Amino acid sequence: MNHNDTLNHSPGQPLTAVVERIEIKKLHQGDNLIMGFSIGGGIDQDPAQNPFSQDKCDKGIYVTRITAKGPAELAGLMMGDKILQVNGWDMTMVTHDRARKRLTKKKEDVVRLLVTRKSLEDAVKKSMGPYQK
Amino acid sequence: MDTESTYSGYSYYSGRSRGSHRHGERSRDHHHQQHHHHHKSRSKDSRSEKSVTINTPPAEPLLGDSAHHGEQFQDDNWGETTTAVTGTSEHSLSQEDIVRITKDLEDSVGLNCRRYLTLSLAVVLGLLVFLTPLAFLVIPHLLWPDKLQSCGTACEGLFISVAFKLLILLLAVWALFFRTPKASLPRVFVFRALLSVLVLLFVLSYWLFYGVRIIDTQDQNYQGIVQYAVSLVDALLFIHYLAIVLLELRQLQPCFSMCVTRSTDGETRHYNLGQLSIQRAALAILQHYYCDFPVHNPALLSASKSRAAKHLAGLKVYNVDGELAAPPAEGPGNNAGAGMAQSQSRAMIAAAARRRDTSHNELYYEEAELERRVRKRKARLVVAVEEAFTHVKRLQEEEQRRAPGEVMDPREAAQAIFPSMARALQKYLRTTKQQHCHSMESIQQHLAFCITNNMTPKAFLESYLAPGPTLQYSRDHWLARQWTLVSEDSLTSGLKDGAIFLLKCVDFSLVVTCRRIPYIQLAEEYIDPKSHKFVLRLQSETSV
Repeated sequence: MNHNDTLNHSPGQPLTAVVERIEIKKLHQGDNLIMGFSIGGGIDQDPAQNPFSQDKCDKGIYVTRITAKGPAELAGLMMGDKILQVNGWDMTMVTHDRARKRLTKKKEDVVRLLVTRKSLEDAVKKSMGPYQK
Repeated sequence: MDTESTYSGYSYYSGRSRGSHRHGERSRDHHHQQHHHHHKSRSKDSRSEKSVTINTPPAEPLLGDSAHHGEQFQDDNWGETTTAVTGTSEHSLSQEDIVRITKDLEDSVGLNCRRYLTLSLAVVLGLLVFLTPLAFLVIPHLLWPDKLQSCGTACEGLFISVAFKLLILLLAVWALFFRTPKASLPRVFVFRALLSVLVLLFVLSYWLFYGVRIIDTQDQNYQGIVQYAVSLVDALLFIHYLAIVLLELRQLQPCFSMCVTRSTDGETRHYNLGQLSIQRAALAILQHYYCDFPVHNPALLSASKSRAAKHLAGLKVYNVDGELAAPPAEGPGNNAGAGMAQSQSRAMIAAAARRRDTSHNELYYEEAELERRVRKRKARLVVAVEEAFTHVKRLQEEEQRRAPGEVMDPREAAQAIFPSMARALQKYLRTTKQQHCHSMESIQQHLAFCITNNMTPKAFLESYLAPGPTLQYSRDHWLARQWTLVSEDSLTSGLKDGAIFLLKCVDFSLVVTCRRIPYIQLAEEYIDPKSHKFVLRLQSETSV
């Protein structure tokens, strides 16, 4: 398992990733519960147009925008993050609509995301030093 | 491309423009006389022709070596080019004119002998060809009339067929060969020569057979003799078909792309030609030249010449070290002198490169100033012409009865309104350096022409705003009449890829480069109409 595979992972293959746990509390805004970010990607979308992915065949869900001072930013979510799990549900092989649905369940106040980004991988690699496999 | 029939309607007079030097009857092209035709006597003055002569000078190298060969052979054009470089005064123009006339005189004397020889050969061949079948039919009646079988129905039918086939042959020969000559080429036209030789051999072999088998044995079967004559006429018609294919059809399909560049101002055009010999290709290109290239204007080149002169005049090289410069006389002792000259020129070039040259600055501002002036004059001219045109109105039919006093014909109308625009027009022509191309007379003529044809002022001005093709101007302003074809390959050889030849005239030359149109390999790809299917590729963004 290559650590570099995370961001260019082909669906169905085993995946090893350095992830960050992010817990976002949803904010009530009128009738909606929002978290303050936008997602892009999905297995029914065109991966070539994704500006954040390393490999342009990656059909995962990426964070494309973050509202300033929103709950997501405060929780530590960054633009370009790839979302791997939402409350335990897998996000690497879902359609765009399913991903949206998983994130916007009205009954859940809190979503716990597993996200990965390149800087995490680099940090781990640097800390491992000359003992990389 | 039917190059030969386009000029048959033009009526250029050949005699008067050159005064007494030109012999009046440049009436037949030498290569249309080599083939058989029934010669009708025509008045030679009514012949219309274009006086383009292409002559090859003896053994002139194409490029590069002229520096070495300059002393060795008499280059006719050498004198004129030096005169043109140093000045554009009236004096130099008349000098060129004199040289042109003397060259013309020399050439016309030389060519006329050849022309008359080929004309006479063609006449002889033509008479031979047309009278042979008739002779075949008539001779038995003259020599052995009593022994001859009488001519039955089939035989008389053959008479009709001989008559009509001869008539058709006559018409076909008239159509193909009786065209006004457009040019005289330096070398013999190979295909025509071959065809005339073929015809001659053919007719002679028929005569031989006839003499041996028919006259000697005094054959009594007249029908057989008539059939023999018919077969001769048939074969002549087939030879005429061969002539059409070789002379007309073969060069129709474009094979080569010729890039023609004028040496003085760089005007370039590209033409597609078929498989032709170099001299015929040169002829085709010259015909296109007269139609497409804007007229050569030597006044436009004076600016760059003065700049060039300034570059050279700026530096002088002095020999400080005191070495004696050897005179450039004989060969072995010349090495030192040549070395000196080389080092001098290198020093000059290096110094010129280092010198801070502001001539580009001057050029830029000069050109901007000139453009501004031209536009200002043009605006004034357009306004003046429009105003002048408003004064002239076409008189309607009903009004004609009412006002007989001031009715004018177009010429008078033109003369009446010309003075109001004359000054503006003259100034404009001076600024664009076109004033020598248009005389007062020609301008007034053009004005009358425009008035007659209900043209707008803009249409009238069109011929003055931009230089038109050479043909639009009168013959005196062409500056391009006697052409010389310079080529490294033989003139009767065909065009090849990469062939280069030069068409020189007195003031400038046309450099022609030949490129073959590539062999095209076309492959097929079949697309099933049902195979056109599409998907949507989205990248949506949802905010959560």
